[in-house]
Amino acid sequence: MLRDEDRIFTNLYGQHDWRLAGARARGDWDGTKALIAKGRDWIVDEVKKSGLRGRGGAGFPTGLKWSFMPKQSDRPCYLVVNADESEPGTCKDRDIIRNDPHKLIEGCLLAGVGMGAQAAFIYIRGEFYNEALRLQAAIDEAYAAGLIGKNACGSGYDFEIILHRGAGAYICGEETALLESLEGRKGQPRLKPPFPAAVGLYGCPSTVNNVETIAVAPTILRRGAAWFAGIGRPKNEGTKVFCISGHINAPCNVEEAMGIPLRELIERHAGGVRGGWDNLLAVIPGGSSVPVIPKSVCDTVLMDFDALRDVKSGLGTAAVIVMDKSTDIVKAIARLSKFYKHESCGQCTPCREGTGWMWRVMERMVKGEAEVAEIDMLLDVSYEIEGHTICALGDAAAWPIQGLIRHFRPEMEARIRQYREAAARRAA
Amino acid sequence: MPKLTIDGQEIEVPPGTTVLQAAQRLGIEVPHFCFHERLAIAGNCRMCLVEQEKAPKPIASCAMPAADNMVIHTKSEKAKKARKGVMEFLLINHPLDCPICDQGGECDLQDQAMAYGFDRGRFEENKRAVKDKNFGPLVKTSMNRCIHCTRCIRFATEIAGVEELGATGRGEAMEIGTYIEKALTSELSANIIDLCPVGALTSKPYAFIARPWELRKTESVDVLDAVGSNIRVDSRGPQVLRILPRLNEAINEEWISDKTRFALDGLTRRRLDRPYLRRDGRLVEASWGETFAAIAERLQGLAGAKIAALAGDLADVEAMLALKELMASLGSANLDCRQDGAKIDPGCRAGYLFNTTIAGIEEADACLLIGTNPRWEGALVNARLRKRYLQGKFKVAAIGPRLDLTFPVVQLGLGPEILDDLAGGNHSWGEVLKTAKKPMLILGMGALARPDGAAILEAARRLAESCNMVREDWNGFNLLHTAAARVGGLEIGFVPGAGGRDCDAILAGCESGVIEAVYLLGADEIDTKRLGRAFVIYQGHHGDAGAHRADVVLPGAAYTEKDALYVNTEGRVQAVRRAVYPPGDAREDWTILRALSEVLGKKLPYDSLTQLRGHLVAAYPQFAQLDEAPRAAWGSFGTKGAIEPVPFAYPIGDFYLTDPISRASPTMAACSEVYRAAHRPAAKTGTHG
Repeated sequence: MLRDEDRIFTNLYGQHDWRLAGARARGDWDGTKALIAKGRDWIVDEVKKSGLRGRGGAGFPTGLKWSFMPKQSDRPCYLVVNADESEPGTCKDRDIIRNDPHKLIEGCLLAGVGMGAQAAFIYIRGEFYNEALRLQAAIDEAYAAGLIGKNACGSGYDFEIILHRGAGAYICGEETALLESLEGRKGQPRLKPPFPAAVGLYGCPSTVNNVETIAVAPTILRRGAAWFAGIGRPKNEGTKVFCISGHINAPCNVEEAMGIPLRELIERHAGGVRGGWDNLLAVIPGGSSVPVIPKSVCDTVLMDFDALRDVKSGLGTAAVIVMDKSTDIVKAIARLSKFYKHESCGQCTPCREGTGWMWRVMERMVKGEAEVAEIDMLLDVSYEIEGHTICALGDAAAWPIQGLIRHFRPEMEARIRQYREAAARRAA
Repeated sequence: MPKLTIDGQEIEVPPGTTVLQAAQRLGIEVPHFCFHERLAIAGNCRMCLVEQEKAPKPIASCAMPAADNMVIHTKSEKAKKARKGVMEFLLINHPLDCPICDQGGECDLQDQAMAYGFDRGRFEENKRAVKDKNFGPLVKTSMNRCIHCTRCIRFATEIAGVEELGATGRGEAMEIGTYIEKALTSELSANIIDLCPVGALTSKPYAFIARPWELRKTESVDVLDAVGSNIRVDSRGPQVLRILPRLNEAINEEWISDKTRFALDGLTRRRLDRPYLRRDGRLVEASWGETFAAIAERLQGLAGAKIAALAGDLADVEAMLALKELMASLGSANLDCRQDGAKIDPGCRAGYLFNTTIAGIEEADACLLIGTNPRWEGALVNARLRKRYLQGKFKVAAIGPRLDLTFPVVQLGLGPEILDDLAGGNHSWGEVLKTAKKPMLILGMGALARPDGAAILEAARRLAESCNMVREDWNGFNLLHTAAARVGGLEIGFVPGAGGRDCDAILAGCESGVIEAVYLLGADEIDTKRLGRAFVIYQGHHGDAGAHRADVVLPGAAYTEKDALYVNTEGRVQAVRRAVYPPGDAREDWTILRALSEVLGKKLPYDSLTQLRGHLVAAYPQFAQLDEAPRAAWGSFGTKGAIEPVPFAYPIGDFYLTDPISRASPTMAACSEVYRAAHRPAAKTGTHG
């Protein structure tokens, strides 16, 4: 369990002042000028050494990503912060923006220095209206205090932060669709290559990072890479904000060490599963797009990137969705299928056509109005989508269904049988 | 130069080549729908997925740049599986209506489904239904069939330069359309029919007319403007049913204008299919013999100076040569091929050609448009200008009333008075032209077909010279003609001979009675009222203005009905080929003149087209070389004179109705109706105060 002194987000629950004065009291903006003075290479190197992996879902090493930015560029470079938090089950960025906005702002500046960016664009989910107001207020405070803008923190470095509100499309959380949307176009993912670090926002080198990734950077730099790397397991270092929701007694966001056992996470912080651990049916451990894991896996699994990958799921955004035995698991996954069908941008074929197909089959599966052979067909369709699309939304639509079939096929078959028997009874 | 291996074959390709293009170079077919060489890469159909070794996922070969040491498999199990999956997805919501789909037989989806698809479907749900869209009178939509490749969107946005097509909605609810349900305001709009890989966008006028395997395909050249777009004429029996573009990188690439494509229904309407004679004030049917006899009788003893000939905008070179020689044998020097009275100087070839060449536009870095609306006068010249603009570092200015040319143009003024300022260095844009590496100017008929045209021509020549537009390696002086016959006529000297009258003088002569007989070779764009009491022989294929005034009508052949030569605005000699026979008694034009010459006792010295062509080449060697743009020697042309500060007026008032064929076409009439409405200011509504 994470010790209190190792917590980064000390105002995650909003019990303290979110404004600049409060943030300063918690240690934010402390010695930022000195950190900047240590230079670009030092920042990237520290982040690399800390082992920080992207907190937006894919878990790409952050320091490495920053190092892709060109050292020399005749065009401006941009940091783009992805605050379009829309993954079902995920609500960590919202609380960070609400209660610790200065961590994000300071992070923007330091990350910006690290990657040689002249400006940060924060793309915030349109529905986060109040959060956008608060973040803007915090940005204004930082400008007024000379922390950002011309000669940020007196370091001689000029750095602008621009807040941009989205209009409510899940796909705009995909980094290149976000860039398209930010540029004023229809939010559709771009083809990669070229990657944003070469051709990003307005054609300029850009790096897109999640809010949490950026917000933890100042603390890492201040306390040292070794401190952060000392928490968690190798290659899965550091702390992470987990969002625990569903059939638990006390849903919450909590910052914990990476690699905490799932059971401990739920029982210690979320008041345990409704009706006790044995009433657990399954958990979606990383936001709606990762495959579900049944109780037998949940008993022992650790909550980090590699441990969850080994059980054919993923840490994703660390949004733990807990389902007890009262859950209609087929219906739950069907609901996710509907979500992905609704949020598919429609650009590329497998996702545009496949998500709707899968959802319709899933709807029949909920009732059992299907053939047993269709379970395999559904699985095959999900494999035809996975990996064949421009962005990861296709994968995200396929994985929940794959997880369902992997672990709950007997449930699906039983339902088909029951439906048939009922139909036969009606006919008789 | 990256070197990669595709299906076991090594290939080295220039940097920037995609994997798909590299595979194509090796002759390996990779199926695709959304990829198109001339459009931006979209990578959305996913049909071109191939396996790349060491890559976790299959890659879209159309979008992936070839890199060193890539190992690509296009036929591996993984690649096949990916393609099959994509094909299945494309088909689940695509209606199985091939038997009633106009794309049938030339459908990419049909062909590729045969080659790469399943033999049955697994999709048990209801198919998607999408409302059809209104794209105007040319493009028929059947949006259920759309596979969302976005080729049409990219064409409209990039090539046509009208951002009027887009996708609304997302996911499976995504629909292609104009949103406000109106026709594309582009002269190139119907090219999206060719681009559409399925039957979602098909030709409205051609709907349900024929199947591709029933058609005879004839490679020919368009004559409805002076660009000379290369076309394929599809015919069945006696009728031309369809016109499609033919690839020619130097001229039209693979696009054609809507007029080129759709004016063909004018070919079967208002046709002159038998000779007519005017008796008692009315045109009555007559035999060839009677009409020839009537002409011979009227010309009998008439002095050459009292006879004149005018060639129209669609006349072919052979017919003009025959007519010119007939006129010479009758002792007349009164002939002209410049119906609009444009003061083109036939003395210097470089003075009337599009010297830069259409493809050469891509090398230019500054362009001045003088009294021309290239969008209407040469839609594909305009497309090339836009293409050049998109490549960047290209400045364009125009003199003449403001236009929307689909790219930004600096408006310098309305009339020619600014030319001297430019040449004299008293204008900031003169500096732009002088400092440009390859500057060009395009002079339109709007600048030349006016009383001071010769002086404007001279001023433009001086401007070109002062800006170093004409050099050993570059000629930036261009005339954009509007008539397909014009350059051919100038090349063979179908202009007033010594002491002869030009078009205006011929008409003045008719009015005053000095000219007693006029031979109109398809000349319909003149003011026929000015023909006065002259005896008018009209030879042509449509009952247009000229035929209405004629005393004798000789039915000729339209451009799809004869083998003939035309010279485009660049001076490129191109051959049109006969796709169908002329209707009724109509004949190929040169044969009519040949037959008439015999009746008049002035027999022309050729009995076959081969002999006539031989005769033509002997006199004008430039006709020996087909399909090449000439390099004409610079010289002096134009006449120094006073320039009137009168604004230019563009020669084309309605793009869709410029010639006897398009004026007879119901499709062009419908277009004219729609687009004139589009250009009219909207009617006032209750909210207009």
